[in-house]
Amino acid sequence: MDFHDLATRSGEWLRGNGPESDIVISSRLRLARNLADFPFCNRASDLEKREIEATFRTVSDDLEFGEDLHYLDVDKLDSIDRQFLVERQLISRELATTDGARGVAIALSEDVSLMVNEEDHLRIQVLRSGYSLQACWELGNRIDDLVEDKVRYAFSEEFGYLTACPTNVGTGMRASVMLHLPALAMTKQIDRVFRALQKIQLAVRGLYGEGSQASGDFYQISNNVTLGKTEAEILRNIEVVVPQIVQYERTARTELVKESKQTLHDRVSRAYGILCTAQTISSEETMHLLSSVRMGVNLNLIPDVNVGMINDLFIHTQPAHLQKIEGQPLESEERNIARATYLRRRLTNTSESAN
Amino acid sequence: MKLKCHQCPERAVFHITEVDDGGQYSEVHLCPKCAHHYLNATPEQSVTSAALAEVPEKPKAEVSVGLPSSPLETDIECSVCGMTFAEFRSSGRLGCPHDYDAFREHLMPLMETIHGNTRHVGKVPGRLPADTRVQTELIKLRQELRQAIATEDYERAAELRDQIDRLRGDHAE
Repeated sequence: MDFHDLATRSGEWLRGNGPESDIVISSRLRLARNLADFPFCNRASDLEKREIEATFRTVSDDLEFGEDLHYLDVDKLDSIDRQFLVERQLISRELATTDGARGVAIALSEDVSLMVNEEDHLRIQVLRSGYSLQACWELGNRIDDLVEDKVRYAFSEEFGYLTACPTNVGTGMRASVMLHLPALAMTKQIDRVFRALQKIQLAVRGLYGEGSQASGDFYQISNNVTLGKTEAEILRNIEVVVPQIVQYERTARTELVKESKQTLHDRVSRAYGILCTAQTISSEETMHLLSSVRMGVNLNLIPDVNVGMINDLFIHTQPAHLQKIEGQPLESEERNIARATYLRRRLTNTSESAN
Repeated sequence: MKLKCHQCPERAVFHITEVDDGGQYSEVHLCPKCAHHYLNATPEQSVTSAALAEVPEKPKAEVSVGLPSSPLETDIECSVCGMTFAEFRSSGRLGCPHDYDAFREHLMPLMETIHGNTRHVGKVPGRLPADTRVQTELIKLRQELRQAIATEDYERAAELRDQIDRLRGDHAE
């Protein structure tokens, strides 16, 4: 698997197409599974972890679901490569930072990744651009069946799939959609939306999951409950609210345009101006400004800019991606300069931005 | 993971993740003795050593929400993996599938709080684990194997290896 080649592409979660993709960035489903005859990862010895890893490496090599998987030994990757995979949402921060034998099997299209020895022995992840939770579940479920043909899962009739943390027990399923909600954030209505979601047992997280900030106005909405509901019910619970939130965001955008088009136009244009001309810029400021520009493009306030390219920039300006694109490790200050240079080059290249 | 205790030269066996109000994580690694002090101290008192200086002022353990609030009179230990309920309380992670049985009494109210339910109704694997006793026996044997290797009792280790292979062979298809 060639990371440099990957770095120049956009990655499944920010491909920017699929249903409702101006607001629903991506859909993701994760199934947590453990082997019945091993302790959970935090209690497993180095030897046991290596056995678990070897088991799933063999399983993933033989898995036939229509795509080839590439197995990476995460323990042997350097920290930039691990961070790179986190930025692409192919592995979790936990898998990147924990130690011992662990790995990930990734489909070249980046829509499937199987994490081995994360918090649980196996985490099956399916990622799709736009609003496609059902498609994620169908594929995840199929892969789960294929894996289960080859191993024996820890399962009890009473508690379902047994997981290292009781917050995942039962279905072991976490379904989430990533939403881009700049107008709700701008009009300060977002907290109200989140309080309503919490009441119906849905969680809201930032871009990179648990404990991360909502950078770039990206929010992940996912189920809290994994026990006592069927997979279909869990999905339905999310599917009922997503169209509502999308509608809120659209209404907020329309009102912003109606009430203060000049102000909004000014704001997104200034954001665009800074990104086109800055000489040094942090990742955080970049995310913030790109968020405004993305909305501006979707509302036709910024002409001749391709939204696909803006999506690219969200991921290409992240620290590890930038270092991969530049082909060398860079300190924070150097990255800020490289980031600004990269942004100027991409945004002012008219032949690219106009198509 | 062979980490040193953050507060003394002993080996750390407790790995505690603190989450502050802003959602920031920090890890604290402690030996059993220091962990006892740490977990029983009030948040302010616990932040003593320089190594813990970055721990937020009012830390709360990741799993504190919803756990039975009464102190454990006598701690329970899983007979299969050796994990105690106190260890689970501080780490938030269980040790092996059998813990769901071993800590059942304490886990039920926790699961009720988290999920509003205690009974699985979702997907069932195509083939159910035929005999969980075999699986738990395997976990136990591996635990013994680890100890045998640690004490350099290679004869016993070889025996255990054979036993494990035999058991795995028997219940594989």
